[in-house]
Amino acid sequence: MNVVVCLKQVPGTTQVKIDPETNTLIRQGIENIINPFDTYAIEEGVRLRERFGGKVTAISMGPPQAETALKEAISLGADEGILLSDPAFAGADTWATSCTLFMALRKLEKYDLIICGRQTLDGDTGQVGPQLAEMLALPFIAYVSQIEEVADGEMRVRRMVEDGYEIMESSLPTVLTVVKEINTPRLPSLRGIARSKSASIPVWGVEELNADPDKVGLSGSFTRVVRIFSPQRVCRGEIFQGDVEDQVDCLISRLKDDGFL
Amino acid sequence: MEYFLTEEQKTIKSLARKIAEERVLPVRAELDEKEEFPWAIIRDLADADMFRVFVPEEYEGLGGGCLELCLVVEELSRVCGGVAATYAVNALGSYTLIEYGTEEQKKRYLPDIAAGKKLTAFAISEATAGSDASAIRMTAEKVEGGYRLNGTKQFITNAGEAELYTVIVLTDPSRGARGASAILVEKGTSGFTFGKEEKKMGIRASVTRELIFRNCLVPEENLIGREGMGFIQAMRLFDRSRPGIGAQAVGIAQGALEAAVDYAQQRIQFGQPIISLPVVQDMLAEMAIQVEAARALVYAAARTVDSGARKITEESAMAKVFASDVAMKVTTDAVQVCGGTGYMKDYPVEKMMRDAKITQIYEGANQILRNAIAVELRKRKARTE
Ligand SMILES: Cc1cc2nc3c(=O)[nH]c(=O)nc-3n(C[C@H](O)[C@H](O)[C@H](O)COP(=O)(O)OP(=O)(O)OC[C@H]3O[C@@H](n4cnc5c(N)ncnc54)[C@H](O)[C@@H]3O)c2cc1C
Repeated sequence: MNVVVCLKQVPGTTQVKIDPETNTLIRQGIENIINPFDTYAIEEGVRLRERFGGKVTAISMGPPQAETALKEAISLGADEGILLSDPAFAGADTWATSCTLFMALRKLEKYDLIICGRQTLDGDTGQVGPQLAEMLALPFIAYVSQIEEVADGEMRVRRMVEDGYEIMESSLPTVLTVVKEINTPRLPSLRGIARSKSASIPVWGVEELNADPDKVGLSGSFTRVVRIFSPQRVCRGEIFQGDVEDQVDCLISRLKDDGFL
Repeated sequence: MEYFLTEEQKTIKSLARKIAEERVLPVRAELDEKEEFPWAIIRDLADADMFRVFVPEEYEGLGGGCLELCLVVEELSRVCGGVAATYAVNALGSYTLIEYGTEEQKKRYLPDIAAGKKLTAFAISEATAGSDASAIRMTAEKVEGGYRLNGTKQFITNAGEAELYTVIVLTDPSRGARGASAILVEKGTSGFTFGKEEKKMGIRASVTRELIFRNCLVPEENLIGREGMGFIQAMRLFDRSRPGIGAQAVGIAQGALEAAVDYAQQRIQFGQPIISLPVVQDMLAEMAIQVEAARALVYAAARTVDSGARKITEESAMAKVFASDVAMKVTTDAVQVCGGTGYMKDYPVEKMMRDAKITQIYEGANQILRNAIAVELRKRKARTE
């Protein structure tokens, strides 16, 4: 079973600060890590390979330093990594990112499964998985919490929904996004680290992907970032007076006034 | 301090630290409280290739030596001395096989040990044979089809959980220690059972039990090396393994030092953090000096072992004795710096103090090892006269 895992390198914190002057993320002193949601995708890929053989290919679009994320994926059990990197890819929104991944997957011949994390820590949109499936014209299942069975070119999975779970079946190849409930990612191994150190990570750019420059990076993006700012934190509390019933009445009328009820 | 570790050694150390912090730290108090065997952590260590560290490359190991093992043991001990003991004993239970085993024996067992699929243990101590390890009584009678084992081993780490036991027994009781031999026994062999689990002061995440042999028959090919060599093999083994106990001690002491510094920085008394008090500073500085000196000695002894030098009794005994005395002193002082909080189980230093004690006792009580060092001094003096 050949599995492709899509992963992104992100700043290792949810507490990113924004520089008020330039309106960009302050990245100083923040270590880059594999998007935590993607570590479940890697682990699931590695487990499937351990059960069924084949290989796990990790791919990532990002700046040259994203190579370290791919090397880390190898230390966690992936067989190989491919970096999609080109100055022309800069400024990509989710659509342009999915497009770039799509072009890379077109170039990769044989795969049975594509696994993505449910969303990224920094962008937080959860769109790349479904967009990629759409572009590849493959089935797609979001929020997978368990792979129950893989047999005869099909797979049965559980996906989390708000009030429980659903069991779905899909033909292969298929695209999944996975949630953290699916597994506990392993730590790197010494042999994995040794392999990752000697692994060479091919870099595919516009040329290698035979990409239309208008479909990637900023020019391929529909989204325009107009302004980035930290929302003002306004916390105002109000304490209702009187006995319990008065307080409840006050609360209800306030909720109605504010349109919550 | 710069110890000139290789890239590979640094990788081993940092991965061991990661495992200790991410997988051991969250459960150490619970393991200690419940005296629970840390199976989940053993799995993590196996997945991370930590059991490959001390196994030769030909048998799916990474071919590391005493120093590499010490680095892992130190980092695990910094968080939990009990988990570290459980891990380290696997090297103890494998060395005799690695050193003296036949190709066939090694092929049969080492790949599973390297993969962490089989834990090992080493057994010499008996009720009558503690510091005087030559006083063992357990026998292995040569019979048709192998050896018949009878006797009881006491205080054996990993007993009951390990799959493979290197047991030192008398194949020729009339010759005493010269009639001792090392024999491999697999768990599940008929006539081989385990005694009660000891309740311990410290390293409570490790398990200590008796091995009980009643007419336990093992095949002849389970003998490691030659008959009559068992005692010498065991003494050579301890020469190689004692720096590992030193590393355990250094790790425990390091953990206690860090906890004491943290506490001293946070604790406000007389309007200031207690770390501003000269007496506290003095204690912490002394602790730091002792820990670093112990580490330097342990690494140096480990490198001496790895150099292939033949006479290493003194060096490895020095490292074990010094580091374990440091661990006892530093953990006791750490409790002192942390005051009443340090005395409580909610804070880790009381556990570290309990864990430290064993390092002065096992693999040769420090008094015995001081004797051994003195014997070497006298021999050397005699040679120069
Ligand atoms: C938790 C734990 C785990 C262990 N794990 C193992 C294991 O895996 N395998 C194994 O084989 N054994 C194991 N042991 C046994 C351990 O190695 C012995 O306990 C140790 O060698 C000391 O022997 P003893 O307990 O019989 O003490 P004793 O021999 O009774 O000695 C008591 C004290 O007397 C003093 N003393 C004794 N003789 C002399 C002397 N000649 N000169 C000066 N002082 C002396 C020492 O101070 C010593 O501390 C373990 C023990 C413990 C407590």
